[in-house]
Amino acid sequence: MPGLAREVTGSRGLLMGNEAIARGALEAGVQFAAGYPGTPSSEIVENLAGAAKETGIYVEWSVNEKVATEAAAAASLAGLRALAAMKTAGLNVALDFLAHLGYSGLGKHGGGLVVVVCDDPEGHSSGDEADSRWVAKSMSVPLLEPGSPQEALDMTKWAFELSEGSNCFCFVRSYTRLSHASGPVTLGEVPEVERKAHFDTTQTISPYLAKPHHASLLQRLAKVGELFESSPFNWYTGPENPELLIVCSGSGGSYSLEAIGSLNLGQSVGVLKLGTLWPFPKGLVEKHLARTSRVLIVEEVDPFIEIHVKETAFESPMVPKSLRIYGKGSGHIPSVGELTPDLVLKALSTLFGLEYCAREPDYEQKAHGAATQMLIDRGLTWCPGCPHRASFWSLKKAMQKDGRGGFLTGDIGCYTLDVYPAGNQQTKALHAMGSGVGLATGFGKLNQFGSKQPVIAVCGDSTFYHASIPALLNAVHNRSNMMMVLLDNAATAMTGFQPHPGTAFDAVGNAAPVIDAEKLCQGIGCKVVVSDPFDIKGTTEKLLQLLKEDGVRVLILRRKCELVRMREERRYPYKVWVDGEKCRGDKCGYCTKVFKCPGLPWDMETGKAQIQQAVCSGCGVCVDICPFGAIAREEPA
Amino acid sequence: MAIQEDPMNLVISGVGGQGNILLSRLIGRSLVKKGYFVSIGETFGAAQRGGAVMSNVRVSEHMPLGPLIPEGKAHIILGLEPLETLRVLVKYGNPKVVTITNSQPLFPVDVLSRKAQYPDYEALKQTIRGLSQSAWFIDATAMGLGLGAPIVANVIMLGALIGIDLLPLTKGDIEAEIKASFPPDRAELNLKAFNMGTDSVG
Ligand code: SF4
Ligand code: SF4
Repeated sequence: MPGLAREVTGSRGLLMGNEAIARGALEAGVQFAAGYPGTPSSEIVENLAGAAKETGIYVEWSVNEKVATEAAAAASLAGLRALAAMKTAGLNVALDFLAHLGYSGLGKHGGGLVVVVCDDPEGHSSGDEADSRWVAKSMSVPLLEPGSPQEALDMTKWAFELSEGSNCFCFVRSYTRLSHASGPVTLGEVPEVERKAHFDTTQTISPYLAKPHHASLLQRLAKVGELFESSPFNWYTGPENPELLIVCSGSGGSYSLEAIGSLNLGQSVGVLKLGTLWPFPKGLVEKHLARTSRVLIVEEVDPFIEIHVKETAFESPMVPKSLRIYGKGSGHIPSVGELTPDLVLKALSTLFGLEYCAREPDYEQKAHGAATQMLIDRGLTWCPGCPHRASFWSLKKAMQKDGRGGFLTGDIGCYTLDVYPAGNQQTKALHAMGSGVGLATGFGKLNQFGSKQPVIAVCGDSTFYHASIPALLNAVHNRSNMMMVLLDNAATAMTGFQPHPGTAFDAVGNAAPVIDAEKLCQGIGCKVVVSDPFDIKGTTEKLLQLLKEDGVRVLILRRKCELVRMREERRYPYKVWVDGEKCRGDKCGYCTKVFKCPGLPWDMETGKAQIQQAVCSGCGVCVDICPFGAIAREEPA
Repeated sequence: MAIQEDPMNLVISGVGGQGNILLSRLIGRSLVKKGYFVSIGETFGAAQRGGAVMSNVRVSEHMPLGPLIPEGKAHIILGLEPLETLRVLVKYGNPKVVTITNSQPLFPVDVLSRKAQYPDYEALKQTIRGLSQSAWFIDATAMGLGLGAPIVANVIMLGALIGIDLLPLTKGDIEAEIKASFPPDRAELNLKAFNMGTDSVG
């Protein structure tokens, strides 16, 4: 939201969860924020960056999540309030540092440090649906989980105080259905912050010796636990002694309330919605368990609350042993995928023996029939005019011609789509940021065991800086035999075009020094060649040549992300059309079937390829794909 | 203005890059200004990359709601692409649902590679009609191309939605929101598109 900091105190706005988190941080007087983009977390730092100039706070997109967390922690150690934000996969990158920061604490004058982590249940845009609540438990640090944009603001704001009070960083855990949900939020005041940064050098902040620091951490956590027992972020609504108690967190709260309403169970079911999840508020939960005979746990992905409710019940003298606890263990709530209102409706109606029909059976049947007859999937694909489509085309051609069974190790970005039906499926191993190059360094050492297959790591520009550089150093030093193709499209395209060390501007739009990837690779001893992916012939030849050579070779395929180009230029480079006379129709079909640009569908009536004007971006690449010269392009007048 | 159902559930569906989120935000902000509780849930996965996207917009006079609409409970479906209207309709539809569809198909990658066939358009239209209380079809992409900007098809569709008058919003409410959201030159184009949309159902 533009001008997030300018919104008036006391006014009620419609805020997205991520905006509410950013606003909460501003209201808490945050002065330093850092992160690395990743869906669904990116809008937090983006919104803070948007507010940086007028509030005087410092905001950066860091090279990766570990550095972001370290940078934010430095500000905290020097007495400022600081925030780091990332998606779950990114938290894994930051863990090494965080695991030790819990032990060391934030020092004598530490400012509050809040680490926001956004989980992605269902894996809408992630390679996992990992549940980061366990991380807080394993590190013994506090974790708050908001259930609505309003709570996101309030909890983030309070988390800074909590962090300062406990001398420990705190997690705020978000998830897709909060980060990307909008709701009414009442705004508080954004204060003028006077704090000056100063790091007190009479102290050393370090987890060594580990044992006493661990003991101190547990003491600090126990104090937090006392606060959590009476926190207003845990609330109950329903009858005094409910027939069934729902214990839930996150979006489980609103889904449960709505399901109770729809099933008319308001007299029988109560909802205990927890917002302070670690340390687990056992005393509070125990009190509520003692007032019911059946419990349903409504939470997303892992049974985190469930096992702690079970543990609480087991240890408590107040809770009858006959208490029944339903949830993931009993199969009433699934253990994979995101939570939905329908899952809660189903679980509740099962437990009360009710028939719940969302709609009339004959409509249901008609809808089902239409779905099976007509619905086809819509897989993800590269944008029309995307450089990646052309790059992977050349990669496939070159590896086919090379003929030694070569393959790609992939990475995280728009080019991940090569493994989808939209791509060429040349990517044969794909895991985490930077892992493409890491895997390739290992594959490139296997010739001594008889492997003759060439390996090419593909990675994007932002990914290169994020985690590929150490792997590339490793390849050079250990004399691996591999190639890296750097798909340089001048942006972190997948997450919304954030800058990175290779772009000439920073998070708030100021000019920034560019780290030249080409020179960097040359500097560490790689052979570097550059090509334009839209030059399909030239790129394929360069690839073939490099495949024949030994050592660590880098091919930089440089062309702007089409969406970035379009934003900047606001024009189509070419007018493109299919010459119906020359198109061989069903005898060929090569362009649409194999190249698969959405701007170039098949016309069922004429049985020929056609350009769909409303979709085509006019890049002109398909002209070079057609073996019969049937696609033509012309620069606009 | 009272809403006919409380909560009122609107689904906006389309293909990544068509501008779902702009619409849900324009509608949401105007409704909040009028004092309604609005909740929006966005499903867009990997932002722009040509997959199916959906916004759930929920409006109530009394209370805040969760971000997702339960299955079978949509009152209005605004489909920016016909197949995407159907995708949402079979899940959220019911005999009372009103659908408004941009009639321009966008072909999924399985259709491009000829692994699947895009349904016959007339049959698709019939099916959508059969599952809706009333169904509107608007050639918004062609109208957008006419304005030299196929991208504004989404705002044309928003015009159609406001034109059929099921939401407690006036033309003026959205026009004000458009003016506040765009720089002047882009606002003008979008206002033109919006008015084309309202006229198309008038
Ligand atoms: S956003 Fe850019 S890099 Fe990503 S698919 Fe689209 S054009 Fe390609
Ligand atoms: S010119 Fe060809 S390849 Fe480029 S966007 Fe248009 S249809 Fe696609």
